[in-house]
Amino acid sequence: MMTAAERRSGDVILKLENISLAFGGVKALSDITFDVREHEVRAIIGPNGAGKSSMLNVINGVYHPQQGTITFHGKVRHGMNPHDAAAHGIARTFQNIALFKGMTVLDNIMTGRNLKMKASFVEQAIWIGRARREELEQRAKVEEIIDFLEIQHIRKTPVGRLPYGLQKRVELARALAAEPSMLLLDEPMAGMSVEEKQDMCRFVLDVNEQYGTTIVLIEHDMGVVMDISDRVVVLDYGRKIADGRPDEVRGDQAVIDAYLGVAH
Amino acid sequence: MLYREAGQFKTSYAADQQVFPIRQDRIGVAAALVVAFLVVPLVANQYWLSAILTPFLIFALATIGLNILTGYAGQLSLGTAAFMAVGAFAAYNFVLRVPDMPILLAFALAGVSAALIGIVFGLPSLRIKGFYLAVATLAAQFFVVWALTHFPWFSNYSTSGVISAQKMEILGFAFDTPVRKYLLALSIVAVLAIAAKNMVRSSVGRAWMAVRDMDVAAAVIGIRPLPTKLLAFAISSFYCGVAGALYAFAYLGTVEPEGFNLDLSFRILFMVIIGGVGSILGSFLGAAFIVLLPIFLNTMAPLLEHRLGLQLPAGLTSNLELIVFGSLIIFFLAVEPHGLARLWQIGKEKLRLWPFPH
Repeated sequence: MMTAAERRSGDVILKLENISLAFGGVKALSDITFDVREHEVRAIIGPNGAGKSSMLNVINGVYHPQQGTITFHGKVRHGMNPHDAAAHGIARTFQNIALFKGMTVLDNIMTGRNLKMKASFVEQAIWIGRARREELEQRAKVEEIIDFLEIQHIRKTPVGRLPYGLQKRVELARALAAEPSMLLLDEPMAGMSVEEKQDMCRFVLDVNEQYGTTIVLIEHDMGVVMDISDRVVVLDYGRKIADGRPDEVRGDQAVIDAYLGVAH
Repeated sequence: MLYREAGQFKTSYAADQQVFPIRQDRIGVAAALVVAFLVVPLVANQYWLSAILTPFLIFALATIGLNILTGYAGQLSLGTAAFMAVGAFAAYNFVLRVPDMPILLAFALAGVSAALIGIVFGLPSLRIKGFYLAVATLAAQFFVVWALTHFPWFSNYSTSGVISAQKMEILGFAFDTPVRKYLLALSIVAVLAIAAKNMVRSSVGRAWMAVRDMDVAAAVIGIRPLPTKLLAFAISSFYCGVAGALYAFAYLGTVEPEGFNLDLSFRILFMVIIGGVGSILGSFLGAAFIVLLPIFLNTMAPLLEHRLGLQLPAGLTSNLELIVFGSLIIFFLAVEPHGLARLWQIGKEKLRLWPFPH
């Protein structure tokens, strides 16, 4: 029988080679190499300050590494900014919820589809032709995502009024609205109750299976990581200390030392 | 509210995405337009038309302009009056120097001129935010007034720097009486207000609000920060420019650069704050409030004196205006930063549930 990983994973679509990132004298990442295969769930774990979020910021162009090459869909990328990353199908959520507080759930998710809208502001001001048509087409798409994530009842609610767990879900919805080929999730389950975590796991796996979206996720809940990810990369102090299937990583001595501390 | 949306089920996204999804709102707005276009010209006297209603409309337009920039795109600006000045002087010069210039085209070009100036002074917004950006726009305020005073070409070498707006004519029809000027201003403001409402509810408006609320997240979902902010500066300045042109042509008749000083910028900022940051309706409420308040105080103060038998010190009434303004600004900033428009909305929500608390 095939394992989940073999069944789902395809070719390597993202390759990171010898990535080093420093802020002044502080080395956030040093010499990190790993890859992400199509359709897989790839977890990045590690203790606090290990450089996990920096890694995601490198992948979607918020940070530019001083060294190393990033190959996405067979193309080496240089100095890519977040806009290009979004245009190439990389979407993400944030560790601290980064929703647009003043807008409704619907508007937040619609914003995720802004890249698909081509009408100029003049057409939008007059509200005719392409602007009107696009708005309706995108609304229909957004409603599919709202159904998928089961947030129909809060469609018109300003996001600032929602509880934390639902805000996380709306943020996932906004990222999905861009129909990304790769989804970066920065601690999607942090601070959630067990039920909320279960819901979120189900959504992440559903996204992965139904849309075939490649998922790169950072998570601290080891149970979740071991259950849903196909491969895990472990960082500590900006270095890669392990990489492999969840059961391999779990038994790795370096990983155990990093998490539990080791007598020097 | 006196009405609610009960029974009005939407069966298509088009119906759900209307500007006014509730039928009674549509009727209300239509009624307001009918009153403004048909009833007001018949019943209002010259004083009301030329000293209250026309300036109210023009300030409302400038307030919409500033609201697009500050309320929707989150970029604080203190240069509103400067962009109005650009509009006023540009319209004057286009009519003066281009033979047979249609007045509406001159107004549009005045808006475009203001938009270009707005883009230039919007460039720092990529790097600086909040108060520091406000200081950068303050530079626009002083620079534009200085340039208009310093280069006599702009005022066609008039010795005092004062320009007299030319006659307005569209296809041979002269807009020379207060009623006609009012109707011209009303038509322009109505069209531009609808355009603004359409923009803020479509993708360009969402991009502005996204940049306002969380710029990193906006960049990550593919919204380019600089073009988005510059577009907000351009459109905001366009509105202010057209408002400035109307200010000169339909309201005052003669204007000088010094008339567009920092005080005017602040007045319009107050209209945004009191009316409601990030609301088109609020722009009208704020403008109405600030235009009507001095008139209200000036009428009430003598009445109050008479009733109470008091003798208010001379000059108190004019200072009373400033005192009331100041306290209102503090009140709104502290209690309800989203202004009258939000109070209106809260009132509606409360009345929907009334008499139950929730």
